[in-house]
Amino acid sequence: MARIDLVDLAHSYGGNDAPQESFALKPVTMTWRQGGAYALLGPSGCGKTTLLNLISGIVTPSRGKILFDGRDITPLSTQKRNIAQVFQFPVIYDTMTVGQNLAFPLKNRGVAKAEVDARVRQIADLLDLTPYLKRKATRLTADAKQKISLGRGLVRSDVAAVLFDEPLTVIDPELKWQLRSKLKALHRELDLTMIYVTHDQTEALTFADTVVVMHDGRVVQSGTPAELFDKPAHTFVGYFIGSPGMNIVPAEVRGHEARVDGHVIGLHRNYGVLPAGKKIEIGVRPEFVDVAPPASGLLSATIERIDDLGRIQFARVRVGDTKFAARVPPGFSVSGNTAGLIFNPAHVHVYADSHLVEGVA
Amino acid sequence: MDKTINQKAWFLVLPVFLVVAFSAVLPLMTVVNYSMQDTFGNNQFFWNGVGWFKELLDPSTDLGGRFLASLGRNLFFSAVILAIEVPLGIIVALSMPREGWSVAACLVILALPLLIPWNVVGTIWQIFGRPDIGLLGYVLNHLGLNYNYVSNEVDAWVTVIVMDVWHWTSLVALLCYAGLKSIPDAYYQAAQIDGASRWAVFKAIQLPKMNRVLLIAVLLRFMDSFMIYTEPFVVTGGGPGNSTTFVSIELVKIALGQFDLGKAAALSLVYNLIILIVCWVFYTVMVNAGSERPAKEGAA
Repeated sequence: MARIDLVDLAHSYGGNDAPQESFALKPVTMTWRQGGAYALLGPSGCGKTTLLNLISGIVTPSRGKILFDGRDITPLSTQKRNIAQVFQFPVIYDTMTVGQNLAFPLKNRGVAKAEVDARVRQIADLLDLTPYLKRKATRLTADAKQKISLGRGLVRSDVAAVLFDEPLTVIDPELKWQLRSKLKALHRELDLTMIYVTHDQTEALTFADTVVVMHDGRVVQSGTPAELFDKPAHTFVGYFIGSPGMNIVPAEVRGHEARVDGHVIGLHRNYGVLPAGKKIEIGVRPEFVDVAPPASGLLSATIERIDDLGRIQFARVRVGDTKFAARVPPGFSVSGNTAGLIFNPAHVHVYADSHLVEGVA
Repeated sequence: MDKTINQKAWFLVLPVFLVVAFSAVLPLMTVVNYSMQDTFGNNQFFWNGVGWFKELLDPSTDLGGRFLASLGRNLFFSAVILAIEVPLGIIVALSMPREGWSVAACLVILALPLLIPWNVVGTIWQIFGRPDIGLLGYVLNHLGLNYNYVSNEVDAWVTVIVMDVWHWTSLVALLCYAGLKSIPDAYYQAAQIDGASRWAVFKAIQLPKMNRVLLIAVLLRFMDSFMIYTEPFVVTGGGPGNSTTFVSIELVKIALGQFDLGKAAALSLVYNLIILIVCWVFYTVMVNAGSERPAKEGAA
């Protein structure tokens, strides 16, 4: 158990001399507290697995340091780092029984037999593996195998952190839910620092108390699920999280007003005069834009289609050349193909070159 | 259930019947036919029943004595070959590089001995081991070792075994390497994280994953070494005395040297049967070794 500090950590598979733009992980500095549940979220190739492998020691960083509880462990090998990791595909030691598989990490570290047995029994219990303990691990189903992998990750009580590299990829959707809530429960029970890599926002948002969103080798935002939803620090976070993602529209912003397509949208905060030469956009989640009958005071849009998600309906509309998603309020029936859009000013954010601009209240 | 009756099916399997008949059944039955008879040349045959088979299994007769002695030598040879080549092949495979240009270099070097025809291998070693002009023989004798595979039985055996190891360890190594390459990186990473020692990685990951290819390697090496003919024949000619006369060499002597077709036919049938049985035993044992018994599974 440990606090993890990343200090100016960066990695390039092309060596340290490669141009920084090509780095798989651009320099990042952040702190993960002991006992937290973190998710690294981002699309494929964003550097999240690289970051995970740097922490576990499978990959040695090109620059920067990793500290566990203030101690620099960058030069240490994986074995000496006291880390557990669960991989995307189940790793099973074929010749061993389920119980022996779970005991393997403890046995290798010379833990006393009584303690091994107790710990294996506890973990098997938590993961519902007790009936299989004496069975060979080879012939089990994929999800049972992945549970064994999870168990091997969790069996050591002294680990600095448990790392998960998209561990539920091979699991059926229904079991995914079960295992995810199981993991959450295990986190509460075992008081371990857990770091969970995924490209699935539902997985990240349900598992973690802090989600670290990565894009193109950079950490673009780190925050609670609510923060990521309410106040994306980067347009990428805006449209990557949420379904449908945030509407990002080029606009002219001055003071309390944003001008889109000649129409004025009121803003909650004062942005003064933004520096020229930057790409200014406003971002607003579809949940905070309502479709209404066309009216003179409203931004008018062309309705292209309605997506019915069951509990909520989203209208896909077009404003000028920009595509937009907006909520269809309950009881509103669409007539014709033009509509007006009502914005909730508290939730309209301003972005300069993709980064959030904090206005003045 | 209604059964469709269509006699045309017989015509469709006819080609297979013909091919199998001419390639396997007829030649085999010819051998069976010979094994029941005796001949004194001139294509004259006399019925002998199971007489040859009785003699084969009776060490007091000439045929039985020669057969059982050479069979013993053959079994010993195969056992030694397997005991050396399998572990050595595994070690070679484990120490081979995993990536880079050196992989290709290693593979080519390993494949070289496999590409050389048997009798050429025999000739190479026959010359290599000669005390007067062979590099190995000359150096050994110069160092004070009285090495001579023509006159010394132990030297002859060592030469034949070293030659076979040189020729065929590559096959085991290549098969094992293929098995090792198929292990995903995640296994090694997981083992690292689980704190496994080098030996534990070998035992828990590499050996189980090589199980299948090792089975193939053992079967191939057993069959080949049990049927070995050309190389020892070229190097030692079965000598000194009869010390390196294996079953196949004995068989050729009887069939072509003495033209005793009856004895040779009986011998080859028994020879064939032994190979089949041993391979079946190997296969059954190795396939079942890794899997759990149904009885245990029920208890779990």
